[in-house]
Amino acid sequence: MKHKTFFWFILPTFLAMFFFITLPIISVIIQSLHTPHENVLVTVENCDPFGCKKATSINHEATENLKKNNPLGKYVGLDIYFDRGHLAIEQVKNLWSKTDNFFEFVKLTADLPFYKALFFTLTFTFTVTPIMLVLGLLIALGVNSFNKKLKGLIIFFSLLPMIVTPLIGSIILFWMIDSRGIVGNFLQILFEDPDLSLKASTFLTWIMLIVYGVWHAIPFSFIVFYAGLQTLPKDQIESAQIDGANTFQQTIHIIIPHIMPLITFVTLMQLMDNFRVFEPIVGFNAEAHATSLSWIIFNDLGGETRQLSAAATSSILTIFGIIILLLPVLIKTWKEFEFKK
Amino acid sequence: MIFNFNKSTKKSSFTTIIIYFLIFLWVFVAAFPFIWTFWGSFKVELDFFSISNWTNAITGKNTEQTYGSPFTFIGYHGAWVQEEFWKAFINTSLVCFFVVITSLTIGTLGAYALSRSNFKYTFWLLIMALIFRAMPPITLVAGYLPPFFEWNLWGTLPTTIIVLVSINQPFTLWMLHSFFQNIPKELDESAKVDGCSQYQAFGHVIVPVMWPGIITTGLFSFLLAYNDFAVTSMLLSDENRTMVPKIAAFLGTTYTEGNVMFAVAAVVSATVPLFILIMFFQTKLVSGLTQGAVKG
Repeated sequence: MKHKTFFWFILPTFLAMFFFITLPIISVIIQSLHTPHENVLVTVENCDPFGCKKATSINHEATENLKKNNPLGKYVGLDIYFDRGHLAIEQVKNLWSKTDNFFEFVKLTADLPFYKALFFTLTFTFTVTPIMLVLGLLIALGVNSFNKKLKGLIIFFSLLPMIVTPLIGSIILFWMIDSRGIVGNFLQILFEDPDLSLKASTFLTWIMLIVYGVWHAIPFSFIVFYAGLQTLPKDQIESAQIDGANTFQQTIHIIIPHIMPLITFVTLMQLMDNFRVFEPIVGFNAEAHATSLSWIIFNDLGGETRQLSAAATSSILTIFGIIILLLPVLIKTWKEFEFKK
Repeated sequence: MIFNFNKSTKKSSFTTIIIYFLIFLWVFVAAFPFIWTFWGSFKVELDFFSISNWTNAITGKNTEQTYGSPFTFIGYHGAWVQEEFWKAFINTSLVCFFVVITSLTIGTLGAYALSRSNFKYTFWLLIMALIFRAMPPITLVAGYLPPFFEWNLWGTLPTTIIVLVSINQPFTLWMLHSFFQNIPKELDESAKVDGCSQYQAFGHVIVPVMWPGIITTGLFSFLLAYNDFAVTSMLLSDENRTMVPKIAAFLGTTYTEGNVMFAVAAVVSATVPLFILIMFFQTKLVSGLTQGAVKG
């Protein structure tokens, strides 16, 4: 395709991405380096016969002028990145020198808002992803042996947890695990503890969110693996059966290597999607026990006081995190492209 | 068929039972929450959240005492009429319709160009799209708010539609790109030999064979717009809210007012369109999910 034709075809989508993705990123970077102006204060000394008093008041004119001249706010460099709400360099240093062992250090660091969110996000990403891969593969292997009509029905129901709006899915589960809901009620009877509440403990809240994450993600791995199983080399399976390989051996030595590219693909997509975990925290009303990177951005943006600088800084740190997470894949894609040429 | 269970040995018939059990367990776990909530949405709160006896949620004992029948539409009436959920429904319909149409139009053009060009910038554009695809959309919102407030664009449906189209472009491009890769380039070439320009080749030859891919991508664009919570709740004013932010707002207000059933009815109402979507487009959705995977 000629450069000129290419240009006209790509132009609309390029403009959309330029104005609503690239420019906002630049704007977010700039905002993360600035903080809103403080009010300009003037101290006036009022003297009367009984003595002199100093009074401090806001100089509105000067404040307005300052805002007008520098609409971005005051340039503070990386200060916001290092403050208590984000990387908290000072607090971490303090903890490092105060604590005796590493475990205690990690435990105390995890109480700082940014690290708390980071720990949950990483825990969620690296537990949900492997569990959904294994369960999805097992279900795909099982469904493959059913007859066609039944398969269609199973796939229909399987799609539901993934297709449904994440916020709605988590709200539905939340109502069920409520102590007056059916699952919550059932667990109380099972453990003979009428006061059992999944919402009250941090550990159980994390488990609950991870269970939701797996429930939401299984359909994806199941369906991709199921499609991959349709292209299995039949002759290899047959010869393995003749050689006396059992089901387990066939799975390990033939099926898994065959669908390896699909496993990589699903892992990649899942890392991206789980890293942005957000809706279940809102749906499960779990912010007291678990926060994620996306959640702290959302929290700073919302409410009466829109803390744009804080949100922007968290956003940049999140983008940084996702790039580190995907770096191996990006390098691999680059090598493949070079190889193709 | 990989495993021929009928002929298998004693040991693998044990495996068979486990696998069957696992599958039925999964189907139950996948479907039950929806069936339960759907059934419960026609009950009163005392039945849906039953303290005394969980079977009340099935039989609707308190609902019958209050309304004379185990089924009531009081939750739906409350949500749709009293809380004006119909407005949110219309807003969602508008947003989804325009997002899908716009995404597909500009996405098809762009993806076609990307799939038919081998220059180095093609690769970089695709990599940029991949990075954009990986970024959580909420990270961009801080960049939208100041200019939208400044120019009075905040809170309206058109602004949100354009934003949703743009943040979904990376995904749309990748998906359509992989569909276009499956269409042999010889098709364009022969059209051009017959005297078509590149644009005519695209319009008359490629688009007609691309319809299945376009429909599949459209379904996923629809889902992205329909399911979004983070961006729509940040960019829409209260009266322009779509269904998902409206439900989130319900949770805050209705819990205090004791109208949980409004929220339950709203949740069920918002799930029904998705249910219908899967019913009609099951094979398309499956092919869309596997498309990116097969091409790698």
